[in-house]
Amino acid sequence: MDFLRPGSWEEALAAKAEHPTAVPIAGGTDVMVEINFDHRRPEYLLDLNRIGELNDWEVGEDSVRLGASVPYTSIMENLRAELPGLALASHTVASPQIRNRGGVGGNLGTASPAGDAHPALLAAGAEVEVESVRGSRRIPIDDFYTGVKRNALAADELIRAVHIKKAEGPQQFSKVGTRNAMVIAVCAFGLALHPSSRTVRTGIGSAAPTPVRAKAAEEFLNAALEEGGFWDNGKIITPSVAKQFADLCAAACNPIDDVRGTASYRRHAVGIMARRTLTWTWESYRGTAATEGAA
Amino acid sequence: MAGNNAPLGTPTKVTQGSQTKGGIGESTLRPDGTLKVTGEFAYSSDMWHEDMLWGQILRSPVAHAEIVSIDTSEALAQAGVYAVMTYDDLPTDVRHYGLEFPDTPVLARGRVRHHGEPVAIVAADHPETARRAAAKIKVEYRELPVVTDESTATAPDAPLIHENRTDHYAAHVTHPNILHRQPIIRGDVEEARSRADFIVTGEYTFGMQDQAFLGPESGLAVPAEDGGVDLYIATQWLHSDLRQIAPVLGLPEEKVRMTLSGVGGAFGGREDLSMQIHACLLALRTGKPVKIVYNRFESFFGHVHRHPAKLFYEHGATKDGKLTHLKARIVLDGGAYASASPAVVGNAASLGAGPYVIDDVDIEALALYTNNPPCGAMRGFGAVQACFAYEAQMDKLADKVGMDRVEFRRLNAMEQGTIMPTGQPVDSPAPVAELLRRVKAMPLPPERQWESSEGADVRQLPGGLSNTTHGEGVVRGVGYAVGIKNVGFSEGFDDYSTARVRMEVVGGEPVATVHTAMAEVGQGGVTVHAQIARTELGVTQVTIQPADTQVGSAGSTSASRQTYVTGGAVKNACELVRERVLEIGRRKFGTYHPAWATAELLLEVGKVVTDGGEVLADLVDVLEDESVEVEEEWRHRPTEPFDRHTGQGFGHVQYSFAAHRAVVEVDTELGLVKVIELACAQDVGKALNPLSVVGQIQGGTTQGLGMAVMEEILVDPKTAKVRNPSFTDYLIPTILDTPTMPVDVLELADAHAPYGLRGVGEAPTLSSTPAVLAAIRNATGLELNRTPVRPEHLTGM
Repeated sequence: MDFLRPGSWEEALAAKAEHPTAVPIAGGTDVMVEINFDHRRPEYLLDLNRIGELNDWEVGEDSVRLGASVPYTSIMENLRAELPGLALASHTVASPQIRNRGGVGGNLGTASPAGDAHPALLAAGAEVEVESVRGSRRIPIDDFYTGVKRNALAADELIRAVHIKKAEGPQQFSKVGTRNAMVIAVCAFGLALHPSSRTVRTGIGSAAPTPVRAKAAEEFLNAALEEGGFWDNGKIITPSVAKQFADLCAAACNPIDDVRGTASYRRHAVGIMARRTLTWTWESYRGTAATEGAA
Repeated sequence: MAGNNAPLGTPTKVTQGSQTKGGIGESTLRPDGTLKVTGEFAYSSDMWHEDMLWGQILRSPVAHAEIVSIDTSEALAQAGVYAVMTYDDLPTDVRHYGLEFPDTPVLARGRVRHHGEPVAIVAADHPETARRAAAKIKVEYRELPVVTDESTATAPDAPLIHENRTDHYAAHVTHPNILHRQPIIRGDVEEARSRADFIVTGEYTFGMQDQAFLGPESGLAVPAEDGGVDLYIATQWLHSDLRQIAPVLGLPEEKVRMTLSGVGGAFGGREDLSMQIHACLLALRTGKPVKIVYNRFESFFGHVHRHPAKLFYEHGATKDGKLTHLKARIVLDGGAYASASPAVVGNAASLGAGPYVIDDVDIEALALYTNNPPCGAMRGFGAVQACFAYEAQMDKLADKVGMDRVEFRRLNAMEQGTIMPTGQPVDSPAPVAELLRRVKAMPLPPERQWESSEGADVRQLPGGLSNTTHGEGVVRGVGYAVGIKNVGFSEGFDDYSTARVRMEVVGGEPVATVHTAMAEVGQGGVTVHAQIARTELGVTQVTIQPADTQVGSAGSTSASRQTYVTGGAVKNACELVRERVLEIGRRKFGTYHPAWATAELLLEVGKVVTDGGEVLADLVDVLEDESVEVEEEWRHRPTEPFDRHTGQGFGHVQYSFAAHRAVVEVDTELGLVKVIELACAQDVGKALNPLSVVGQIQGGTTQGLGMAVMEEILVDPKTAKVRNPSFTDYLIPTILDTPTMPVDVLELADAHAPYGLRGVGEAPTLSSTPAVLAAIRNATGLELNRTPVRPEHLTGM
């Protein structure tokens, strides 16, 4: 196995172009496990740790440009206001040591349905900035996950950053695991309210071959909120609406039975998380709306 | 102190600080504690030797198969490979080993009986080279049908796991796939049942738990010039290993010199051999030192697990809440090889009634041979599975009778003088009712402790930082359990230990040196040995020699026995040393003071003192340049085997009791559990090191919690293959899963034991699991007859 250590982004792109089978490694929290367990033996490892810019983030007008290697700890500590859903998800990633090393770029590169960042990225709305020697492009998160542990990257492309919409409304993230820390998701759920567009977005993890949105649930809830004038009157969402939303989220799952849980439990739990996170975000939205109204 | 001009041996009065510091009863700190916490402790996996090779084991990918052929040529041809060995390369006719009897092949011959069974071994100059070479060994398997439970094991046409058994259990079982069976019959259950006003029955399932110790199996074998081998190894019992290793190598025991290296936990998982023989074989074959280190994945196949069990229980009680009878059947899955299964059966049977007075008992415990992973020793050893069942029964029966669950237990609790179902009287304190009273009397943690001014503190809620609830669906429950565990090896086993103690003056100070073969696996034995030496010999400086086979056997670090047995051996050797020191003192100074002849003499703070506190001499002056050394075996009182048909017999040395109260919060919609508090009361006879005692109790409690809500090796019933051999999917409690654990330690001396002490390590592991289950049942109203409980059991999904 050859270890490639580019000193700059351009060198990294060149190396990836020359060795398309090279596996990029940053925090190493996924790749090293795979290697140590002999699950894969890459011909080349492409070490991105010398490329400092991958650890930077910029808070722009509407979105945050998050370098692919920004560790989860930094997201939790610095981007809680801008990216509350992702910050909550970051909290649930493994242990402090892993959160100090691992970043969103790795989650996207591995594209495991159990990656903790995915539901938050789907709910917030994100674009993945990828680049090769051929040029740069942005892949909408909805088009990014193409199969079990597969993504839309071309063989010569590297993930440079993720552009995530800054929160303009409440966001929540929930994850079920069978212990209270350091656990791989049995299933996970992200929800973001987007008051300016009067829409909600969802993200489901570990309950289908890829991370998915519950689009029918979103459409149902968007319509129900619009119809009832909820965005303006800030009324409490009726239990029947919450239930139908939860049921549609559960229906969006396509889970399997495995050592971590049963398919039916996953579907059930996604429904519960959907209902609860809807309640939390909507209560928060009503609170904010009420405060603004009073002012 | 004597004045400068006073003659040697002039008596003086000791006024202050007459007790030697750091003796028994003090919480002296363990020497390995800081090193382990800071990551500096040298574990067996850290060893290195010039010129060393790395060993690798090729294991069976299937559970049950005939080995049609093995082709090692490609592996041997790989550069860097020094040796590849299979069954055919073993040097002698002794090709099996085992704790109780040798049924485990060193390397598989013709057949594999479980997933992960060793088939071939490789030595190479780099671990990765060894791994890749092992992968190049071509083994052709012809798969056989698997036996995975009682019905498949005892079916008329069931494949026999071991044909032509010659072990001494074989003659007494009803089917060759039953490894051992022990009935315990006392009184008349049929008659007693007729007196019962209430009868409850239950069928319980106990999952397969792993010891999940920190340091995977590892060791280093160094070939010696005399044709022997030096083995540096993490184990629980050096001499038991030695007895099994030497004959396979064809060496006399004195040519296999073993030294204990840094052990990263054991919990029973290092009682059986793992890589010991393999490393020695490769070292002797290549003439080079060979190191073997399992990774975590391999570790799950490299040691036995706790027996999963099916337990069928029937209890009766009268209207006023007195237990009438117990009928129980405990089926333990021993897996493919015997390991410690027969002794586990003996424990499960003899302790199957729990710490209760029941005169009419009919218990049957048995272990099966199956194609599942071999199971053997783990903390609690058969008593754990039984406790899970009988404590569930106690709650059910209390409810039927209409009594408080704790009061019902207390009414039926055994005490000193109670006759066990084995006919053995409980002849030391058995404060079962008192332990229950104490845990019940502890203040309960406040309700809704997760509420804060800033909203819900998710760390205090089920799901923790995974943020699954802010209080929705959360219900609290409280549960109680109590258990009984035997201490030491039972059933007539000659359970001795050996200690060598030397006393001499070094650098103007009296120093004691303690040498035993006791495996320090993290239990704190070396700390306690130094404390005992200080107390008995009045010295401050104690040197603990590394454990090795240059001294007699210390027996196993298991069965809660080492402080009792090797502690007893150290105490005994110290007493003999003291006698000799006093002899020297009498010879030298006896004429100075009549007290040398008449008084009870002690050694305190480097001096010979009378029991009245008068100083007779300085130990430095007594010993001068003499050294006194004693090596002596020490035994606890003997036990006897259980009768094969009735289970009657004086089978156990001592009993140990602990009670728990669990407080849990359950998210009933998601089926997630947060254990809020696990309070424990335990009688330890005498706490030689109170800090270590509390550490043992909290550790055992946490291991029991893991068994209640997360820990289970999942084996596919169709293939008998292990599904989750990793810490990614075999979950053990993290600090966020570990509750507050208030501990109440009782010290009611057992007159038979050194210092009155009672083994501590296992009892808390028994009652912790059923207490948590009881609390979850209390919160949810569900029956929950299996452990561990998973979210799908709580949600019905």
